[in-house]
Amino acid sequence: MTDAVLNAPQARRLRLHTGDLLPILTVLLVIVAVWYLGAIRMNAAWERDQAARAGVQLTTSELVSRTLTQDRPVLPAPHQVAQGLWEGVAGQAVTSRRSLVWHAWVTLSATLAGFGIGTALGIVLAVGIVHSRVMDLSVMPWAVASQTVPILAIAPMVIVVLASVGVTGLLPKAIIAAWLSFFPVLVGMVKGLRTPDGMQLDLMRSWSAPKTRVFWNLRLPSSLPYLFASLKVAIAAALVGTIVGELPAGATAGLGARLLSGSYYGQTVQIWSALFAAAILAAVLVALIGLIERTVLSRMGLAR
Amino acid sequence: MDAVIEAQRVSLTFQTADGPVHALKDVDLAIAPGEFVSFIGPSGCGKTTFLRSVAALETPTSGRLSVNGMEPDAARRARAYGFVFQAPGLYPWRTISGNISLPLEIMGFSRSERAERVARVLDLVELTGFAGKFPWQLSGGMQQRASIARALAFDADILLMDEPFGALDEIVRDRLNEALLALWRKTGKTIGFVTHSIPEAVYLSTKIVVMSPRPGRITKVIDSPLPPERPLEIRDTPEFIALAHEVREGLREGHGYD
Repeated sequence: MTDAVLNAPQARRLRLHTGDLLPILTVLLVIVAVWYLGAIRMNAAWERDQAARAGVQLTTSELVSRTLTQDRPVLPAPHQVAQGLWEGVAGQAVTSRRSLVWHAWVTLSATLAGFGIGTALGIVLAVGIVHSRVMDLSVMPWAVASQTVPILAIAPMVIVVLASVGVTGLLPKAIIAAWLSFFPVLVGMVKGLRTPDGMQLDLMRSWSAPKTRVFWNLRLPSSLPYLFASLKVAIAAALVGTIVGELPAGATAGLGARLLSGSYYGQTVQIWSALFAAAILAAVLVALIGLIERTVLSRMGLAR
Repeated sequence: MDAVIEAQRVSLTFQTADGPVHALKDVDLAIAPGEFVSFIGPSGCGKTTFLRSVAALETPTSGRLSVNGMEPDAARRARAYGFVFQAPGLYPWRTISGNISLPLEIMGFSRSERAERVARVLDLVELTGFAGKFPWQLSGGMQQRASIARALAFDADILLMDEPFGALDEIVRDRLNEALLALWRKTGKTIGFVTHSIPEAVYLSTKIVVMSPRPGRITKVIDSPLPPERPLEIRDTPEFIALAHEVREGLREGHGYD
C-alpha cells in the first residue's frame, strides 16, 4: 500500500496579478481615448454650425470643450454617460420613474422569469431528445427554425397576440426572453446528456440499471459543465429578449422603454446610460452564474 | 463439475458498411467454477467480444451460451457477474465508497448493508482508509482496484475483466496481478480475464484460451500446470517459461491461417 495519494490539484481561479494591470489599463485607456476622439469629431459639426450662425470664431479648445458638454450630443462623451448613469442610479429614489434601478428591476424580473421558463423548457426538451429518436427528429428542426426567425419580427407578434387575449405586463416579455434562452440550454444539454461514453453506459447495463438510474446517476451529473456554459449564454440572451420585448409595446417601464423614449426625444445620454445599465446587468448575471458554476463543479470534482 | 460458463458453437457477426465481420466463429468453451481463465490473442480475435457476450453486452448471432445455467441476459439480471473495464470509470463526483455503493444502490440494498459491503470489498482490494477520498486523489492503480471492489461488491460468482491493467505501467501491473491472484484464492470466484500480455496470462491463469482473428476463434486451450500458490519469482522458473513458449507458439499457429 505504497501508492502515493496525489495532492489535491488547486482549483484554478481567475486571479489578478500586478503584471496584468498594465495591459488591462492600456486597453481601457485606448477605448476611452477613441471614444473621446469620436465624440469630439461627431459633435463638432453642430458646434461649428452654431458658431457660424452666430458669427463667432471658435478656438480649438473652445470647440473641444463645447463638444463634450452638449445636452443632446450625437455621441455623448464617457463622462456624460457616467454622469447619466450615476444620476439614474443614485440621484433618484429607486421607486421613481426616472430611476435606472427601477427600470432595471422591471427588466430584470422579466429576464429572470423568461430565463427560468427557457431553461426548464430547454432541459425538458433535451431530456426527451436524448431518450427518443423520434423527438430528436421531430423537435430539433423546429428548435433550430425558431432561432432563425429574427426576434425583432417575432416580438411584436407575441406582444400583440397575447395582449389580444388579455395577457400583458411581465409575461409576454418573459416569453420572448424564453424564446431566446431555451435554445442554448437545449443544445448544451443534448450535448451534455450524451457525454457518458460507451464504457460508462455498459457499466450501467452490467448492473441492469433502469433508464431513470442512468439519467439521475450518470447522464445528469455528467451534463452539468455543459449546462452551466449554456446558462451563461442563455441569461444574456434572456436579457436581450426582454429588452427587445419592451420596444414594440410602447412600454413605459424597463430598460428597453428607456432606450425607446431616449430615441424619441433625442436624449442620447439617456440611451447610452440605459445601454450601459443593461450591459452591467448582463455582466452581473453572467458572473453570478459563473460563481454558482465554480461552486457546484468544484464540489463535484468536475472543475479542474 | 458443472460449467459456470458454457459456449457451444457460438458465432457473432457484425454487419458493417464494409460487409460482415466475423467477430466470433464456432466458439466452444466450458469454464468450471473457480477457474481463472485468460483470453489472449491479437486485436480482432474476438476475446473482448466473447467476454461481452458472456456479460450480455453483445448478443451472439448463433450458438448456445449459458452463464450459471441461464441465458446471459437472465444471468445478468440475477447479478451473476461483475465487469471490470480497461478504465476505472469511477464518477468524479462520488467518493470511492460512493462509487462502490452505486451498483448496490441500483440493486436496492439497504443503507446499512451497503456500508457493510463497501467496507468489506475495500478491505479485499486493500483500500481501507481511502473510502472518503475522491477518485482524482488516487493513483491509476488504486482507481482500478476501486473499480474491482465495485465489481465485487454485490457478490457475483463471476468476475469478468476486459484488459483491466492494460493502461497501467508494468510495475503497478505486477503488483495488481499479485493482488488479483491473492483475491481470487481468497474468494474462489470464477474469473474471465482478457489480456494481450503473455506473461500476465501465464502468471494468472489456470486455463489459457488462445484466440486468433478473421474469423475470431479459439485455436488452443492450455491448462496451466503451475501451482495455485504463485510468487512473482515463479516467472523465472523453467515451467513458467515453457508455458509462455507454448502460448506464443499457439498465437503463432493462429496467425498461420491467414
